[in-house]
Amino acid sequence: MTTISLEAMAASVPDGALLALPPDNSLPSVALARALIRRGVKNLRLLGVPVSGFATDILIGAGCVVEVQTSAVSLGEAGFAPRFTAALKAGRITVRDATCPAIHTMLQAAEKGVPFMPLRGLIGSDILAHRPDWIVQQNPFGPPGDVIVLLPALSPDVAVFHAAMADSFGNVWLGRRRECATLAHAAQRALVTVERVVEGNFLEDERLASGTINATYISAIAIAERGAQPVALLDEYGFDAAYVSEYARMAKTDAGFAEWMAREVFAQAAAA
Amino acid sequence: MMAASDDRRPQAEGLNRPPVCAPEELLATTLARLILDPTAHPARHIAVGAASPIPAAACWLVAKQGHPVRLSLLHKRSGNPFTEGTRELFDLTGQGRIDLFFLGGGQIDGQANLNLVGTGGWPGTEVRFPGSFGSAFMYFMTHRTILFREEHSPRVLVDRVANISAPGVSAPGVFRRGHAQALVTGKCVFRFDPAAARFTLESLHPGETVEGVRAATGFDFDVGDVQPTPPPSEAELALLRGPICDEMLETYPEFCARVFGRRSAA
Repeated sequence: MTTISLEAMAASVPDGALLALPPDNSLPSVALARALIRRGVKNLRLLGVPVSGFATDILIGAGCVVEVQTSAVSLGEAGFAPRFTAALKAGRITVRDATCPAIHTMLQAAEKGVPFMPLRGLIGSDILAHRPDWIVQQNPFGPPGDVIVLLPALSPDVAVFHAAMADSFGNVWLGRRRECATLAHAAQRALVTVERVVEGNFLEDERLASGTINATYISAIAIAERGAQPVALLDEYGFDAAYVSEYARMAKTDAGFAEWMAREVFAQAAAA
Repeated sequence: MMAASDDRRPQAEGLNRPPVCAPEELLATTLARLILDPTAHPARHIAVGAASPIPAAACWLVAKQGHPVRLSLLHKRSGNPFTEGTRELFDLTGQGRIDLFFLGGGQIDGQANLNLVGTGGWPGTEVRFPGSFGSAFMYFMTHRTILFREEHSPRVLVDRVANISAPGVSAPGVFRRGHAQALVTGKCVFRFDPAAARFTLESLHPGETVEGVRAATGFDFDVGDVQPTPPPSEAELALLRGPICDEMLETYPEFCARVFGRRSAA
């Protein structure tokens, strides 16, 4: 199994891609988000699976994003996501609001290779009123008047997440964060950063197999130590609340964000 | 604040009055009593979302009192029971296996509509809130929802929400398993009647009046047989400050320090 460099992985993401990212509690690759900013990617359409956090906010702040589809954007205890909010206010991004299970369901439809899946709830919500791509139809198996929402399959161009490790065969392990597996199954390509590559085959170990994503679904792997930071990686390292709080403070203004980005995205790479 | 700071003095011995407590302790106890309401759908499995220390404390209070309840704490690595990814909560809820959930909102109106999107035009052109999360599904598919928002002001409790993330009631024929049971704020408890799509003031926290609540509430509501919100008992306070604080210390260190005066060992 050969890995590629983080910068090569970032270079493989075309401008305008529909790029799916898990939120801060489920293994985003913050390392790849930083590399995408350095590469100067443009016009990304981001998908929050099912919500969005730190990585989304920095990509928006750096001007890499034209559209966000998500169920919420938040920095958790550090509060609202400042660059997302500023970009929405200024009209620099289009926001397509969803609700968490709708995003899971659209990905599951893509995973199964079916054109749509139904979901309960939603009727009477203004979310539905602003989603012309979501359809309300009579339940064909139900009594007359039983209406249900149909959601189209959604297959992101690129899925990006961070896993604990990869093996000799290109399988990756991330434990119970199975939303990343659904995402890898549904996406055209999955780009995965890992802490380390280990010898062997996870699929031959019953204790690891259920937390593994088969190499079939993985397009490329790059090693990025501490690649989820400042967010947590399973039981390997925790959420760096002080770092995210400082970010939230600095990113309140354009100038503060620019200073943060110079220090934390560009200077780091120059030093590496 | 519900308890003035001078109310926190140690009690004179032998006085028959409720123990002194922090506002958060009163709210947690109030939520716990609503969870245990014998007239409501039984709460066997409760899910608690992120950044919800008071609802989490209420659930722990129910569990530590010995009631058979399963708690799924979505924000914790330990205590999160889901192995199929974040969709599993919604799949369970879709089947009707989550009995109770908590929701709040940047705005809540008199018909229990929730706005988690923002004010102004869609999608929050005036003030943008984080977003709707799973509310547009959970509010329909959970057997009951307790609405909780500490801030009780006309900017939060409005006559009509600017945008509906999740509707309080649904048209006939729309599949809906449950509704809001109650709305608990820093001032009072309202009950919700889904048939009438209206709140009724049920109890007032210490120091609050019907007139004061009326002035702080942007929506019209009915006034029932209004009682004082019952304070926590000594036994409830002992559970909150002891074993429940132990459970919450890792996830909510600032909350535990502020409310229970306890800091985690560094």
